[in-house]
Amino acid sequence: MSKPVYMVTGGMSKFGRAQPDKRTEELCIDALTESAHFIDMSPAELKKYIHTAYYGHFADHFGDQLLGESVIHDRLGLDPLGNIGVKTGGATGGSTIWEAYKTVASGYSDCTLAMGWERMDEVPTDEGNHLISSAADKDWETPLGHIYTGYYAVMAQRYWKVFGKEEDSFRRTMAEIAVKNRGYGRMNPHAHGGKDISVEDVINSPVVAYPLRAYDCCLMSVGAACVLLADERTAYKMCDDPLRIDVGAGSHTLRVACRRNMEIPLLPHETKDQYNDLADRFPGSERYPGFSGFLAARMASYYAYNMTGIHDPTEDLDVVELHDAFTISDIQTYEDIGIRPYGDGRTYVESGDCYHTNPHTGEPGKLPANLSGGLIGNMHAVGATGIMQVVEVGQHLWNRWREMHADEEKWARFGRTKPKDWKDLQVKGAKRGLAISHAGVGSHVTATILQHPDHVLDRRGSQ
Amino acid sequence: MSNEGYEPGKVKVKNNAYKFEGAFHHIERNQPILNEKGDLVGVTNPRNMTYVHTYGGEAVFFENLSKGKIIASRCDNKDCTAFGSIFMPFRIHCPDCLSRNTHVDITDIAKTTSRVHTFMITERTGAFNTLPKPIKFVNVEFEGVVTILMGPMLFGRPEIGMKVVPIFRTKDPTYTILDLGWVPKGTKESDLPEFYTFDA
Repeated sequence: MSKPVYMVTGGMSKFGRAQPDKRTEELCIDALTESAHFIDMSPAELKKYIHTAYYGHFADHFGDQLLGESVIHDRLGLDPLGNIGVKTGGATGGSTIWEAYKTVASGYSDCTLAMGWERMDEVPTDEGNHLISSAADKDWETPLGHIYTGYYAVMAQRYWKVFGKEEDSFRRTMAEIAVKNRGYGRMNPHAHGGKDISVEDVINSPVVAYPLRAYDCCLMSVGAACVLLADERTAYKMCDDPLRIDVGAGSHTLRVACRRNMEIPLLPHETKDQYNDLADRFPGSERYPGFSGFLAARMASYYAYNMTGIHDPTEDLDVVELHDAFTISDIQTYEDIGIRPYGDGRTYVESGDCYHTNPHTGEPGKLPANLSGGLIGNMHAVGATGIMQVVEVGQHLWNRWREMHADEEKWARFGRTKPKDWKDLQVKGAKRGLAISHAGVGSHVTATILQHPDHVLDRRGSQ
Repeated sequence: MSNEGYEPGKVKVKNNAYKFEGAFHHIERNQPILNEKGDLVGVTNPRNMTYVHTYGGEAVFFENLSKGKIIASRCDNKDCTAFGSIFMPFRIHCPDCLSRNTHVDITDIAKTTSRVHTFMITERTGAFNTLPKPIKFVNVEFEGVVTILMGPMLFGRPEIGMKVVPIFRTKDPTYTILDLGWVPKGTKESDLPEFYTFDA
């Protein structure tokens, strides 16, 4: 990219399973207002900087409104600026940022808005499932039950058998992710999935599609989130400490059935012979990416790491927000993005590295994941999800996570009760973070890397 | 605003254009949505309409299911890296060179070499589901085919590695992927669901 790009600010609305008291535009204005106040501006002052707007909204048919992007653009009072809609399924939020990023990097715009939203409360759940299943192949997949979870569940089953070896210990590791993320969601006033649950609660929750149970699955949500990106000169006019941002993207077949075999593309810290014994250790893993890997996630992180000088994500990053649509897909993603090698994803959880505070040592986790609560404990308002992740990572790098999550007024405004055991999940000294935005069975994935301006790596990995 | 008595929409093709006959949408009265206090928060927007979908070059696959055949496609471009690759799901064009693929009948291959690569069982479905619950999907490997087809398992309980055989909705076909199902090898004809047979 020709010009460095910076994230200046970001904001979010309240997230909920339903929000019948608000139109979508009110949620988007809530998000934009929060992002303005975050850098001590009024919304009107902030809007003066915007040159181009990108809107992420996965499903027109949920709201029965084509060109919903134009509706929101008008209600935000951003006409006659150019704007465009972005749709890449579950990765819509990340893809929206990707587009806004490229526009600044190319020099076309000095400041862009990336705004995403979804409202999944205006149809009954079974019709919602049908509409989501329309994002699968309409001839070869959608007629099969009209249930997208099922199209992913065949992948979960394969990973469970081959890499999880159907072990009780692996089942408990999956459950730990749900316990962690729902627990972190309790500390987030925006979140609607926070809950104090146990491993046994997860394992005893109703089966959705074995081995996935209800608590293994993400939420369906309503809400909005946004970020503003700018070139260096503009960014430092808008605030004192904008974050460097870079975005990589990858894709793979919409139909999992159409995956063909290939060699494993290696990330910067992986070696050529590293996976020679993978099939011996995990019989059935001969195919790559088969039904257990997300090639798009690997390609997105491959590009993002090489664009930024990230060598080993576990060593070079301080905080991550991952697309935990299901507990088992979260584990798969650890491997695709190189937090752990293929086959060893479970050890990221079992080691305690993924926690804010390592439960085994009481020390800070090496690379905390989904402190927002993620898709399981916070929200999955599809078009907003990938943007929410980047806002959350940014708040850690700005050392303002506590400010944005502890505020009693915000808890009250959202009609939620702040837990008496509320805990500050700020990652101390966080310099760099990553957000993974992911579509369904892995058709689109983006990897967004944020770096504090005082700790930007060069492309060889030096600071 | 009753829907009773409407004629389901039918479509014919004349001079390479669709000709629509009958009702393709039905009007229902909308309803107000009130909160607990009786205040208006919104309205319902009923929608009931029928879409038309064009199969184009894939029509040969869906048409042949009801005849008890599985038609795959193969890249025969000698200059392509995918030369000789057989695709199932059927691809009209090779994804590498974009040349038009050759139709290949893999019915016998499917009857003799199909194995379950992975599977899924769930009680949950979306609106418009027509499969019996619990729904069961299998992803099926075929010898000599580079991809792994997903379809419904319509009898028995799937397991990874299980040998399966195709069954076809040869009676009252839907002309969709639902005309192809899978059952464990050795299943009796009498155990097949209504409308399905092993052969045409």
